Amino acid sequence: MTDGAAAAGPAAPTAPAAGPRPGSADERNGEALVEVRDLKTYYPIKAGILRRTVGQVRAVDGVDFEVRRGEVFGLVGESGCGKTTLGRTIVRLEKATSGQVLLDGGDVLSFDGRDLKKMRRRMQVIFQDPVGSLNPRMPISDIIGEGLLAQADKQNGWGERKVRDKRVSDYLEVVGLRRDYTRRYPHEFSGGQRQRIGIARALALSPEFIFADEPVSALDVSIQSQILNLLIDLREQFDLTFLFVAHNLSVVQYISDRVGVMYLGKLVEMADVAELYAHPRHPYTIALLSAIPDPDPRVKSRRLVLTGDVPSPANPPSGCRFHTRCWLRRQLNNPENCETEDPPFRELASGHRVACHWAESVVDAAVADVVPTADIEVPTELPTPQDVGAPVVTEIETPSVTDVVEPAEEAAGTAGEARPEEPQGPTQGRV
Amino acid sequence: MTATEAARERRTGVGDVLLNVRDLRTHFEVMDGTVKAVDGVSFSLRQGGRLALVGESGCGKSVTALSIMRLIEVPPGKFAGGEILFEGRNLLKLNDREIRKVRGGEIAMIFQEPMTSLNPVMTVGDQISEAVLLHQPVNRKGAQEVALQSLVDVGVPDPKRRLKQYPFELSGGMRQRIMIAMALSCNPKLIIADEPTTALDVTIQRQILELIKNVQERTGTALLLITHDLGVVAETVDEVAVMYAGRVVETGTVEEVLLSPRHPYTRGLLESIPSQGKKGQRLSAIKGVVPNPFRMPKGCKFEPRCPYAWQAGADEEPPLFDLGPDRMSRCWLYDPRYADHLAEYEGRAPKKSAEVAS
Repeated sequence: MTDGAAAAGPAAPTAPAAGPRPGSADERNGEALVEVRDLKTYYPIKAGILRRTVGQVRAVDGVDFEVRRGEVFGLVGESGCGKTTLGRTIVRLEKATSGQVLLDGGDVLSFDGRDLKKMRRRMQVIFQDPVGSLNPRMPISDIIGEGLLAQADKQNGWGERKVRDKRVSDYLEVVGLRRDYTRRYPHEFSGGQRQRIGIARALALSPEFIFADEPVSALDVSIQSQILNLLIDLREQFDLTFLFVAHNLSVVQYISDRVGVMYLGKLVEMADVAELYAHPRHPYTIALLSAIPDPDPRVKSRRLVLTGDVPSPANPPSGCRFHTRCWLRRQLNNPENCETEDPPFRELASGHRVACHWAESVVDAAVADVVPTADIEVPTELPTPQDVGAPVVTEIETPSVTDVVEPAEEAAGTAGEARPEEPQGPTQGRV
Repeated sequence: MTATEAARERRTGVGDVLLNVRDLRTHFEVMDGTVKAVDGVSFSLRQGGRLALVGESGCGKSVTALSIMRLIEVPPGKFAGGEILFEGRNLLKLNDREIRKVRGGEIAMIFQEPMTSLNPVMTVGDQISEAVLLHQPVNRKGAQEVALQSLVDVGVPDPKRRLKQYPFELSGGMRQRIMIAMALSCNPKLIIADEPTTALDVTIQRQILELIKNVQERTGTALLLITHDLGVVAETVDEVAVMYAGRVVETGTVEEVLLSPRHPYTRGLLESIPSQGKKGQRLSAIKGVVPNPFRMPKGCKFEPRCPYAWQAGADEEPPLFDLGPDRMSRCWLYDPRYADHLAEYEGRAPKKSAEVAS
């Protein structure tokens, strides 16, 4: 795909990137823009004076999915589940251990030289921390302009200061800041404004794909809604495709078209947003949804409390990784295959994939009981999973608080002995 | 009986007023002038009651909590006015020895970040028993026993082994359990929990919230919860005080405040939470940002961001209007002179506030 024409030349101030992007017409929406195939990212654990590798943290451990052109794909999960690493690996901020990432069919992981540089321009990142991701010693014109300079060529003329500064101003305006803020420094801005600067930096290169890594989680509610509104507007204005990573399930529900749920380096469930929130089938997804505190005081539902902590990704449990905390498994009297077989990520209904051996056992009525926000119409006729030979869960037991805890041995153990070598990504850099 | 009545019952029936904060003003003298971090905070909490202070960062909720514990460093801080009456005694008037007895003994605090608030070079057992030795007539061995029991009470598995562990050996959720155990070890009358679950993942947050509720009900301790999360408020407490720019702007029961907010700021907060019903629509964001502490607006502090504002009492700050038992709002809408504006506020579907960045 030819990329050079994108946003060629200084653009009009009102809609700087409205220029034609080759082949980015609406009719291509819905096709896969980014395909991820069996992607793995492992980090070595080194110990001893010789720093020998004694094990591996499997941060991302075999993930398959696609992000379609024009959609927002939301990725949720708890800290340490690998969602940020997955995103960073896709945009080549982390080195993949194996697997494939295809951008419009081109193998991103094998790019180097000019191809890599072109790809950098097409895939941009919005970082989580609006303070740490902006260099405090650079004025805004340089923070946003640095990427332009790196991508400068004869056609776009970004090598020239004047052209660059104009484009920086244009994009400040796009994200709702004043054009003349270019000479200011990051410390002069509030958290919400800094996040807008981070967004302007990503947009200035006219990318097609944006990996937004927890873009609103550091912000207060009232500012968070301003930024979410902005992202929604920009998506339409610039035909953007998003991989949106967050731990806040309400935010993900609000902004996403499709959602994937991660646990310990793997996708455990993926579906359209409405389907996932109304008919979750993986026991982990159900527990997550049940755990969200609801601001409506009228809602009084039983809450599903998961036991224990997330195990260490350096030493994930055998079989299904969730089996150590799984309420469904206990309710089904601990079927053996949970411990021995890694469940395939299979298609349960059209577009709804689940990695659970027993997903058919879950019925909506049971889910509605513990997920207050599900707003589920309970069908008068319950579906009959007996057809597939699975026991049905009609009621989800909610454990009392006293039997909630389990030792977090693995997590504690590894934390004390050896630490994974976390590669230092460019925290304030660009892609 | 509705939950509101139940809360009233709790308020009027359960016990006398335990904590009464009246017009508290905590200021800080800094190079550029005076930061009035808390400037007019009033609320009261009965014995065994559960109240949340809610607000966004910088609204003064944590400074209020630290003022109650007298953990404000003076100077640069100073108590510029008001009273904190705890069982009738004004905590602001106690000397250092007296306040040390209250702090940790009668009032305990759970902090947001369990890693930084635990001592990294002391074992869990030593940290808990240190507090017990200070406040209870027991010897070292007795203190260790109290520590062990308090770990059992908060559901820490294998408590004997935990006593000998250091904080870095524990997960985030476990550390927060230790903090709660430490707070409980001296049987306090009041527990102040400052964002106790903010640093935790959602499934661990759920465990800790259940634990706090459970412990509060079992021991009958009063709970003052500091949080920014209205979801946590709805599930954990009976009463709420909403804070903005160093002031309490609205108080009431959880049902009253979250279902029929009487202050435009509270309404704005509730409307800006993304939720299922708002899918596909723009969120109605509160425009602008919180005021700069050195350039506070003269009258109502929320006026520049308020979608309902009109030129009421321009330079005068609205008082806390009394709207019923423990139901208050700091908004000119409740001045009888502006009844027509109130009718509009209550009748109008919330106006979409224009989104402004800077």
